[in-house]
Amino acid sequence: MTDRADESFDAVERGPEGAVESSASGAARVPGADERHPSVDALRERFPGALLRSEVQAGDQHVVFIEPDRNVEVLKWLRDEPDHRYNLLVDVTAVDYGGSRPIQLVYQLWSIPNRMGLRLKCELPLSKLEIDSVVPLWDTANWLEREVYDLFGVQFRGHPDPRRILMPEFYAEGHPLRKDFPLRGRFSRAEQTRRALTQDPEDYYPPTDFGPGRSPQVAREQAGSLLEQRPDRELPTNEERTETAPEDERGGAEK
Amino acid sequence: MAKTKIEYTVGRTGEMGMDARPAQGPIAPVELEEPAFDADSMLINVGPQHPATHGVLRLLLELDGETVTRCTPHIGYLHSSFEKLGEYRDWNQIVPLTDRMDYLAPLIYNCAYVMAVEKLGGIEVTERCKVVRVICMELDRIFGHLLWLGTWAIDVGAFTPFLYAFQQREKIYQLHESYTGARITTSATRVGGMLADLPEGWAEGVREFVNGLQKTLDEVDALLTTNGIHVGRTQNVGVIGAEDAINSGFTGPNLRASGVPYDVRKDNPYYDYETYDFEVPIGEYGDCYDRYLVRMEEMRQSSRILHQALDRLPGGPINVDDPRVILPSKTDCMNDMESMIHHFKLVMEGVKIPEGDCYFPVEGSKGELGMYIVSDGGSKPVRWRIRPPSFVNLSVISKLVEGGLLADVIMVNASLDIVLGEIDR
Repeated sequence: MTDRADESFDAVERGPEGAVESSASGAARVPGADERHPSVDALRERFPGALLRSEVQAGDQHVVFIEPDRNVEVLKWLRDEPDHRYNLLVDVTAVDYGGSRPIQLVYQLWSIPNRMGLRLKCELPLSKLEIDSVVPLWDTANWLEREVYDLFGVQFRGHPDPRRILMPEFYAEGHPLRKDFPLRGRFSRAEQTRRALTQDPEDYYPPTDFGPGRSPQVAREQAGSLLEQRPDRELPTNEERTETAPEDERGGAEK
Repeated sequence: MAKTKIEYTVGRTGEMGMDARPAQGPIAPVELEEPAFDADSMLINVGPQHPATHGVLRLLLELDGETVTRCTPHIGYLHSSFEKLGEYRDWNQIVPLTDRMDYLAPLIYNCAYVMAVEKLGGIEVTERCKVVRVICMELDRIFGHLLWLGTWAIDVGAFTPFLYAFQQREKIYQLHESYTGARITTSATRVGGMLADLPEGWAEGVREFVNGLQKTLDEVDALLTTNGIHVGRTQNVGVIGAEDAINSGFTGPNLRASGVPYDVRKDNPYYDYETYDFEVPIGEYGDCYDRYLVRMEEMRQSSRILHQALDRLPGGPINVDDPRVILPSKTDCMNDMESMIHHFKLVMEGVKIPEGDCYFPVEGSKGELGMYIVSDGGSKPVRWRIRPPSFVNLSVISKLVEGGLLADVIMVNASLDIVLGEIDR
C-alpha cells in the first residue's frame, strides 16, 4: 500500500481538522480568531480579577471564563454598558465533562444593537454547585435556570421559583444530564416499573397548585374523601334538573 | 408572602434496585412562595390533554370571575431526554432525533444540527448543498407557519382557513416524501451533505407549490385580516413591548411583532442569506394580531427566498468530497480497496469531530434555534444542547395572560406558536 493511502487513512482516523475562521459574512461583525473581540478586551480591562481566561472556539466564537461568584456583576455590566449592550440572553445551559471535572455553566449572549455574540462560562466544582441567579437581569433565565437545576443539579441562589421543570416534581433518581447518571436511570427497571404502577396521579400536582399550606397528602385526603362520596350520589335526571335548578335561580333573582 | 418548605428525598438506598447506585444526595429543600388564594378565586386546569393547548401543555389558571389572576404552566409531559440520548449516539445518528423535536418544521432542525457540527468540524459544504438547505429551511418555515395559521384560525373560531392551510401543507408533505421518503420525520441531512441529491422534478414541484400558495394566503388574508371577530379577539390581547420582549428572550416572529427587527438570517447570516432579497416584517404593538400579521408576511417573504434559491440552484455534487465525513459510493466500495476501508471506518466508528464547542444559531420557524455542541474529539458528542425557541417563548405566557380574560389565554397561546415536542425535548 502506498504512503498516500496510509496518510489518507490516518486522516480518516483523525477526522476533520476543525473549524477555520469563517469567510467574511455579510452584516454581522463577528471577529475572527486572530481578530480581537472588543468585549473580551473591555472585560479584561474592567474586571481583571473576574476574568479567568478566554479562548476562541469553532473558528470565531469567543469564550470567556469568569469567576462564578461575580457572574451577576459581569453580566449586568455587559448588558448595560452602552458600548456592548448584550441585551439578549440567548441561552443558559451547562456541560458536564464527567470524570468529576467541574460542571461548566454556559451563558450565550447576543447584542441586538451591535450584532455580536459572546459566550461566558463559569466552572462550578461538583462539591459546590451553586451560583447566583441572573433572573433579576433577564426574565429569560427563569425557565432556563430551572432546566439547568433539573437536569444538572446546579442550585441558583435567589431564583424565584426553584422547581424542577422537565422531570416530574417528585422525581427521585437525581439529575439526568450528569455524566454519572446512567442512560436508563438510576433505579433498576424493576424498581422503575414498581414505582410506575404504584404511583399516585396526585403526585403530579405539586403543593403550590392546591393553595396555601396544603401538602399533596392533605390535598389527596381531601380529594379522596370527595371520591368516596361520589358513588353514593346519583346524578339528577332531566326532570329533576328542570324542576329544581331553574327555580333556585329564579328565586335568587326575585330577591 | 408566607413560604412553604418542601423536602425532597433522593436516593433512599432501601428503595433502590440491585444495580442502582446511591444518588447524589438529597436535593436541597426548596422554599416556595405560597400562592395567595382568597375565597373568591377559582382554580381551573387546562390540559395537558386539551385541543387548544397545541400539545401536552398544562396551564393552571386562577380566575377571579373571568379574569386570570395567576397562570402556572406545567411542562415536561413529552420529555424524551433527546439531549441525553444524543450523548450515546454518533454525530450522524443524532439527525433523526432532531426532527422529532419540531415535527412541524423538521427540515430546519435537521439542517441546524448538521450546520453546527460542520461549523465545529470546519467542513465547508458544497454550493449546491447550501442552496438545497436554504430551500429546505424556507419550505419548512412555510410548513410550520401554515400549521400555526390553521390552528390559530380554529382557536379564533374559524374553520375554513384551517382546511385551506392544511391543503397546502399536504403539498409540502408530498414534497418531503418524494425527497426523503418520510412525511414528517425527514432526517434529510448528513454531516457534509444531504441524504441524497434532489429527485427529478422536485425543484419544479417546489415552485409549483409556491405559486399555488399565494392564492391561499390571499384567501386567508381576505377571511381573517379585516374580520371583525378576528380583530376583536386578537388586537390588544397579550401585548408585550420591545424592551420586555427582549428581556424575556422572545425571538423570531414573536419578537419581531413587538417591533424589534432581529432576524438571525439578517443579523448573523449563514448560507449567503445576505445575498437573498427579502424583507423582515415587524409589528408595531406587540399584540396577538401583530404576531398574526408578521407570520402571514413571513410566508410571503419565504416564498420570495424560495423563488430566488430555485433560480440560483447550482449543479455539481451535493455532498462534500471528503472521505472523513461522507461515505464513498457503493461502486467504489466494491472495486477500490481504499474506499472500502474508508467506508468501514466511517460505518464502524462514525465521523470524528475535533475537540471544542460551538453554538450555531439559525432562524427557525418559531424563533432563534441554536444548536450548542461540545466535542472531545471523538465520534460522539460530550453535550448536545438545543436552544429551544418555543421553550423560551412559552416561559412568558404567565406574564402575557395574567390580568386578561380566560378566552384570551387560548389566543395568546396560539399566537406564541409553540410545539411541545421541542419544549419538553
